[in-house]
Amino acid sequence: MTAPVLETVGLSMRFGGVEAVRGVNLSLAERELRCLIGPNGAGKSTLFKLLTGQLRPTAGRILFHGQDITGHHTHAIARRGIGIKTQVPNLFDGLTVREHLWLSARRTNPAARTRAIVVEVLERIGLTGLADGPVGQLSHGLRQWVELGTVLAGNPELILLDEPAAGMTHDEVARTAELVREINRTHALIVVEHDMQFVRMIARTVTVMHQGAVLVEDTMDRILENRAVRDVYLGKHGGA
Amino acid sequence: MSRRHFTPGIVLTAAAMVAIGLGVPQVVDQFGLLQLTVFASMCILALSLGIIWGYGGILCFGQSAFFGLGAYAYAVAAVNLGESTVAVVLAIAVPAVFAALLGYFMFYGRLSDVYLGVITLSVTLIFFNLVNSTAGDAYRIGKARLNGFNGMPSLPTFNVPGDPGRLLDPTETFYLVMALLLVIYVGLHALLASHFGRVVVAVRENETRCELLGYDVRLHKLLIFTIGGGIAGLAGSLFANWGAFVSPNVFSLGMTAQIIIWVIVGGLGTLVGPIIGCLIMQYLATELGTQQLANTNLIFGIIFLAFVLLVPRGIVPSLGAVRARVFGAARPRDLA
Repeated sequence: MTAPVLETVGLSMRFGGVEAVRGVNLSLAERELRCLIGPNGAGKSTLFKLLTGQLRPTAGRILFHGQDITGHHTHAIARRGIGIKTQVPNLFDGLTVREHLWLSARRTNPAARTRAIVVEVLERIGLTGLADGPVGQLSHGLRQWVELGTVLAGNPELILLDEPAAGMTHDEVARTAELVREINRTHALIVVEHDMQFVRMIARTVTVMHQGAVLVEDTMDRILENRAVRDVYLGKHGGA
Repeated sequence: MSRRHFTPGIVLTAAAMVAIGLGVPQVVDQFGLLQLTVFASMCILALSLGIIWGYGGILCFGQSAFFGLGAYAYAVAAVNLGESTVAVVLAIAVPAVFAALLGYFMFYGRLSDVYLGVITLSVTLIFFNLVNSTAGDAYRIGKARLNGFNGMPSLPTFNVPGDPGRLLDPTETFYLVMALLLVIYVGLHALLASHFGRVVVAVRENETRCELLGYDVRLHKLLIFTIGGGIAGLAGSLFANWGAFVSPNVFSLGMTAQIIIWVIVGGLGTLVGPIIGCLIMQYLATELGTQQLANTNLIFGIIFLAFVLLVPRGIVPSLGAVRARVFGAARPRDLA
């Protein structure tokens, strides 16, 4: 059994009187695909911000390959190999799709190899035809793919996806699910998603968060039958 | 990739600079040549803010601080050394080091854009007041008396490197300044085409995304700020050489406002824009100054307001947009 790729120990984040993340213990094995679900405000996006160093946890530790990265700078964490597609796509609106992928791949690759990666990733996300247009004019669904492609071009070991299927049509959701499964062959992933259909397409192990804490962690089928999860999603009295 | 960056617009601009540099001394009298020399020096100053603000996204209200430091560094060094070569090197190095120090505290301290503006503006005004109050014998650096608000007159002008007795004549000085303008213009474009330059532009577009991709935003901002500071310092030495004189006015509010107006009028996010903005405004200032029809500052203020309200993107980007509408879509990079 190899050491987990990512491990959090008692991770907590307090904003004044609100504890957005409460003592989260999470362990992710190599090439694992984990889905993270939970109602709005459960602390999923905050957890992602902690993992990428955009927020500094008020308590607890984050270990990446057994090494403590708690409180490290965002760029230093990214350099270690954690890539993220944020909830609202974080893009360079004035730049082209190609430039996005180039910037991501070029940090670790020589110029010639970078060009090859850009062509390859453009193909993979199906945006070759839009490669030289500015991303500011793309639809939300396409922007999601641009950001996903940007993350892929950097080839980080662990990929965090925050609502990758939001704003997509049914076909696009299916394609994204396929892409996620394909990425998972070589990378570990944590996926936050509200779209249960999407989660069902990709999920093996699911972690449910509620009010900042981990409520339950199990396989998708058993999560769906779980009484507590239904209560959280539908309200205590609506579940029946 | 880098070859593609040198678009026809950039090549054309560079060619125009060469043509003007070589052609003008044949057709213009000495007075006109001196005038164009200071215009070209100011164009270098405009480029220094054009790169920091237009590409680095750093709103620097105190570009004159680096310009003035360069001018004074040149003056003090040239008076002490009796020759200009080392003085010019210092005129670049002193403001660059100062920009690096100031930038370190601003960028590594994570100050927001508004505070950057406030701090850089304050810094140049502090220099203005400081140097203004250095009148008297007590304020001297080596052989150089700072002379407070009276400024430092009779500065040694540029000589041939290694030969302090051989001074450059006005025509040679013009060639030198035009060559420097050309080298800086092309050099900055080469920088922008490099990996570093592309990250700088990406930082301007989205700092968070840059960090999430593993780029140190603070370092990239610091470096581009330092480069801009050094270029402004070089412009300061050219200005000091031009008049053989430097006064605290190089640090003044009017000076720093002028640089911002050049960039706004010419267009943010281009390099040829600040040059064009600088030339237009300098020409206007000269004409208004000789005709005494209206207060120059008043006219400048009106032009500034008009541009901010009516042509907020500046002349060059707006022309680019017009061209795109007439001749079909142009890529944003096509602008020089």
